[in-house]
Amino acid sequence: MHMADALISPAVGGAMWAVSAATVAWCSKKVKEDLDERKVPLMGVLGAFVFAAMMINFTIPGTGSSGHLGGGLLLAVLLGPHAAFLVIASILVVQALFFADGGLLALGCNIFNLGFFPAFFAYPLIYKPIAGKKATATRLTLGAVLAAVAGLQLGAFSVVLETTLSGITALPFTTFVLLMQPIHLAIGLVEGVVTASVVSFVWKANPQILEGRFAGASPGSVQLKHVALALLLAALLTGGFVSWFASSNPDGLEWATERTAGTSELAGTDALHSLMAQIQEKTAFLPDYSFASPAPGASGESGRLGTTVSGIAGGLITLALAFLTGLVLKKRLPGRG
Amino acid sequence: MAGIAGAFTNLDVLDLLSTGDTAAHRLDPRAKLVTVLLFIVSVVSFDRYEISGLLPYFFFPAVMIPLAGIPPRYLLGKCLALLPLALLIGAFNPLFDRQPLVFLGPVALSGGMVSFLSILIRFSLTVLAAFILVAVTGFTGVCLALERFRVPRVFCVQLMLLYRYIFVLSGEASRMARAREMRSRGPKGTGIRVFGSLVGHLLLRTWDRAQRVHMAMLSRGFTGEFHIRRPLKFTAQDAAFTFGWCSLFLLFRLVDLPRLAGSLLTGVLP
Repeated sequence: MHMADALISPAVGGAMWAVSAATVAWCSKKVKEDLDERKVPLMGVLGAFVFAAMMINFTIPGTGSSGHLGGGLLLAVLLGPHAAFLVIASILVVQALFFADGGLLALGCNIFNLGFFPAFFAYPLIYKPIAGKKATATRLTLGAVLAAVAGLQLGAFSVVLETTLSGITALPFTTFVLLMQPIHLAIGLVEGVVTASVVSFVWKANPQILEGRFAGASPGSVQLKHVALALLLAALLTGGFVSWFASSNPDGLEWATERTAGTSELAGTDALHSLMAQIQEKTAFLPDYSFASPAPGASGESGRLGTTVSGIAGGLITLALAFLTGLVLKKRLPGRG
Repeated sequence: MAGIAGAFTNLDVLDLLSTGDTAAHRLDPRAKLVTVLLFIVSVVSFDRYEISGLLPYFFFPAVMIPLAGIPPRYLLGKCLALLPLALLIGAFNPLFDRQPLVFLGPVALSGGMVSFLSILIRFSLTVLAAFILVAVTGFTGVCLALERFRVPRVFCVQLMLLYRYIFVLSGEASRMARAREMRSRGPKGTGIRVFGSLVGHLLLRTWDRAQRVHMAMLSRGFTGEFHIRRPLKFTAQDAAFTFGWCSLFLLFRLVDLPRLAGSLLTGVLP
């Protein structure tokens, strides 16, 4: 579910960077204000723990394939939403830098998709009410499974939205949704069961760790008001950036949606499409924006590429020059590499 | 599991590379961070069918890799290992976008093929840039740069702690996984129940470790700040590095140099 830089546009990447940076700042402030300072080393070490836990595999029942823990929900259960969001964000930073698992510009998207939904939606609104103060093994499992599924579904859906809005992929919106949601339903179920098994082990072995979380007005508790406010802010920011982008760059979103609507094999999804458009008309910030608008950029595209041969020749020259530069530099700086 | 264990050896290698002492390593982390971010933004800001305009950006890795003494074969191997991912994310374009866009004599290339190629180029450029950044800056450098850019202290400190403990805990986890593998036969013992208690134990130990770490840090006077050997100082050299590369990226973005060179060449030749 980690998005790469190659598929996103600067507008989408930048908007999501802004959203994630604001959330990181807010969470850092919260952690500094509310938590006892023991939490900061704990957060760092637990982040490393999630990496370590990824090295231990398990067999997924019935399939024979193996999976590993994702960890977002587990962190929220152990640390509370604000600290968990920071830890997830830092895990993603390390993954982006060292494993190229998700790009640097896409980091904002990834932090939001994989951090915001488990920490600020799935944990406080689903896991906590179900597992609650008087946890039992059944309630823990039910809460964890439902929360993990909901968090991953929302995350996957926003991956689809961000990718489609970026307009680099030609994959139609509906196909992409139909591809992503079922896969992440399965992943969410597994993640929920695994999280539940770890949490119930800890709950039996050392309930103090979890009780610290549930006791009273716990420092990490999130009020619904704040969640709603943050979501609104995120929506406004994204909407602002996207609308500016959509109008200034006709061959991005509109081009892609024209493709979606214009392909014959997708005729069956028209109902869904018009439903989406209706919902969008009712809720959108820009009511006159139509989803299947004609693409002014589409026709001019082929004419622009008349001078292909010179383009290819020039491209080869450029690559050769770049390679030669590297070679010469390597010779000039002996004893290295 | 071999894949992830392999990824951790890679992490070791990158960490080792970042301790080098070349001109590229000595630059201020902030200069490198800004340059790489601008590089990525300008690469991904191109139109989805762009190919020739992206090629000049290969000059950045071509200069930085020898300058920083990074073994090119290692970096190439790392990129090749990620190739299946790049193929996967781009593979849908040729399927869905079939309108002919470019004609090479009798051969027609569809829009999807062109954008697929463009995605592959974007992917290799952005991945290379990210690896170069860590290899010449190191994770601590990146964190320090982030802190100077007003990223909250809490976040930076926890990033550094996370990074330090990855090595310790991943060693512990891989030993646990190996021990379980030796005691289990076939699918027996690798199910979710055993996994739960295995990871649960690791978690309890981690929790205790975190408390000991914190006490040890407090008794050594930790006040939320990390000290480094090479203090950050943004010199004229750093400014020149940042400004030079950024203006080059801007030039690459605004002028399609390969096309220009190509038309010059094809114009001269009959």
